[in-house]
Amino acid sequence: MLGFTLKRLLGAIPTLFIIVTLSFFLIRTAPGGPFDKERSVPPEVAANLNAVYHLDEPLWMQYGRYLGDVVQGDFGPSFQYRDFTVTELIFRGFPVSLTLGGSAIFLALIFGTLLGTLAALKQNSKLDYAVMATAMTGITIPNFVMAPLLTLIFGVYLRWLPVGGWEQGLDQVVLPIIALALPQIAYIARLTRGSMIEVLRSNFVRTARAKGLPERVMITRHALKAGILPVVSYLGPASAAVITGSVVIEQIFSIPGIGRYFVQGALNRDYTLVMGVVIFYGTLIILFNLLVDLVYGLLDPKVRMQ
Amino acid sequence: MSNILDVQGLTTVFKTHDGDVKAVNDVSFSIKAGEALGVVGESGSGKSQTFLSIMGLLASNGYSTGSAKLTGQELIGLPTSDLNKVRGLRMSMIFQDPMTSLNPYMRISKQLSEVLVHHKGMSEKDARASALAMLDRVRIPEASKRFDMYPHEFSGGMRQRVMIAMALLCEPELLIADEPTTALDVTVQAQILDLLGDLKRDLNTAIVMITHDLGVVAGICDHVQVMYAGRIIESAPVNELFANPQHPYTAGLLASSPRLDVVNSDEKLITIPGQPPNLQRLPAGCSFAPRCPHAFDRCIAELPLPRTTTTTSSTDTPHIKACHLEDNKGLAA
Repeated sequence: MLGFTLKRLLGAIPTLFIIVTLSFFLIRTAPGGPFDKERSVPPEVAANLNAVYHLDEPLWMQYGRYLGDVVQGDFGPSFQYRDFTVTELIFRGFPVSLTLGGSAIFLALIFGTLLGTLAALKQNSKLDYAVMATAMTGITIPNFVMAPLLTLIFGVYLRWLPVGGWEQGLDQVVLPIIALALPQIAYIARLTRGSMIEVLRSNFVRTARAKGLPERVMITRHALKAGILPVVSYLGPASAAVITGSVVIEQIFSIPGIGRYFVQGALNRDYTLVMGVVIFYGTLIILFNLLVDLVYGLLDPKVRMQ
Repeated sequence: MSNILDVQGLTTVFKTHDGDVKAVNDVSFSIKAGEALGVVGESGSGKSQTFLSIMGLLASNGYSTGSAKLTGQELIGLPTSDLNKVRGLRMSMIFQDPMTSLNPYMRISKQLSEVLVHHKGMSEKDARASALAMLDRVRIPEASKRFDMYPHEFSGGMRQRVMIAMALLCEPELLIADEPTTALDVTVQAQILDLLGDLKRDLNTAIVMITHDLGVVAGICDHVQVMYAGRIIESAPVNELFANPQHPYTAGLLASSPRLDVVNSDEKLITIPGQPPNLQRLPAGCSFAPRCPHAFDRCIAELPLPRTTTTTSSTDTPHIKACHLEDNKGLAA
């Protein structure tokens, strides 16, 4: 297990290197630069700024310099938020995004598996059709439609919940978390239903029934573990995507998470900030995938052997 | 001796998009304590579905009518919660495919001990001790070393031994074995059959052996019933059935078993021509009539009901057939 983890972590280094290289040159190909917006900057001031941030050097030198800094864990200063380093910004935004995304994934896991299992147990019943129809709707409606819709209904018309903000009360997190969780609940419900239907027809579940185990024990102890395996593999990339992909939600609900820095950074050509967030996201996805493989090993003894 | 299992007019129907399929059709039989009953027939004859109905393990689109009593207790129509107090405790079942019938995600020890914890209310520790003793009893070598392993670490034959151990944990009155040796190679088959024979003798458990292998029946069973298209078409003590089959289908089955001790004159495997009937469109008369070399007008017009033949040697175990032909037509090959 330890050897496997180490091997995977070492294997992540080339992946990260490719991510850094690709995104470094990609963002530089975008037209404009970090200081284009500052109107009427005299040429000598612009030259000065460029010199301070080494933007006057050839691109390959800048790349080499950046790579050297990153290896030492230094993501450099932000071009836009000049009093902060990129690392500071990431660690300021990440707890917010983690709270938001983590709660959403937790919610999705509980309700998704519950609804999926219920639908599988009552396959082809009205309940099953209702759950699956709702899930399909949940998957097809994009975030940027669902979030304003929820805001409109619960924030504006019903006035039950605030429409945005953070850190002023728990009720502020309800809408963004729900908006973020809904498509995940839908997806996990569909995934669980499909695999549970298969598992419930499998021979070992028939054996569990033949043993006279109560229905509840048969499901929780025998069927669910096998039925949830596809959900586990989905959960790795999904967690990373939800935690990092709350970009839209954070904008709509004006939440000071990491996703907002990402959007702001990209719009402002804040090279170091964008790069920092990209590397952070990449690392996160790699770590979550590793975590999924480790959990998979815990659940499936055949995987553990290999 | 009293009957362990009494089945009367059992009928099992599956609802499908193309209409109802009658997989088991008005089946009646009984099993005594310590008796081994062989149930033979080709695929789709309803032999497995008969016993899945009794165990309450039908697919969700199937339902049964009629009666099946386990020492007096009616099982057909029993709610699942009540059925769960019977199966695994007083009757249990082992299946054809030991590779997939055990839970691949759970240790053998847990899969065995949970039966005892559930049915007997044992503590986890006592249940483990009893389960381990049962593994020894079904002759798993180094059982204590293998006890906490997962199914994929066992061979096919050993998995079937684990299944048998699991089925016998509560010393049931009735053990249903659905083709327990079909997926195993021949030497392992013989070991498993020996084991079942010994357990039957030691525990006085009634055994149902569902199989299409007449050799298995000859080796272990006391009584045989032959099923065709959802019905029992012949039933007799094992020696009598082999020596003097009264139904043309049984005679055909016996003739088509390859034998090493008799050299066939033209060295060809004998088969029964034709296919079993579609269960959704059963003929009005005998379902075997279209394939039967002896069929006459009455066979096509009128369903033959089971009747005791004149060849019956003992009134306790009558020889029964569902056929219009006269008895003793000399059908034996």
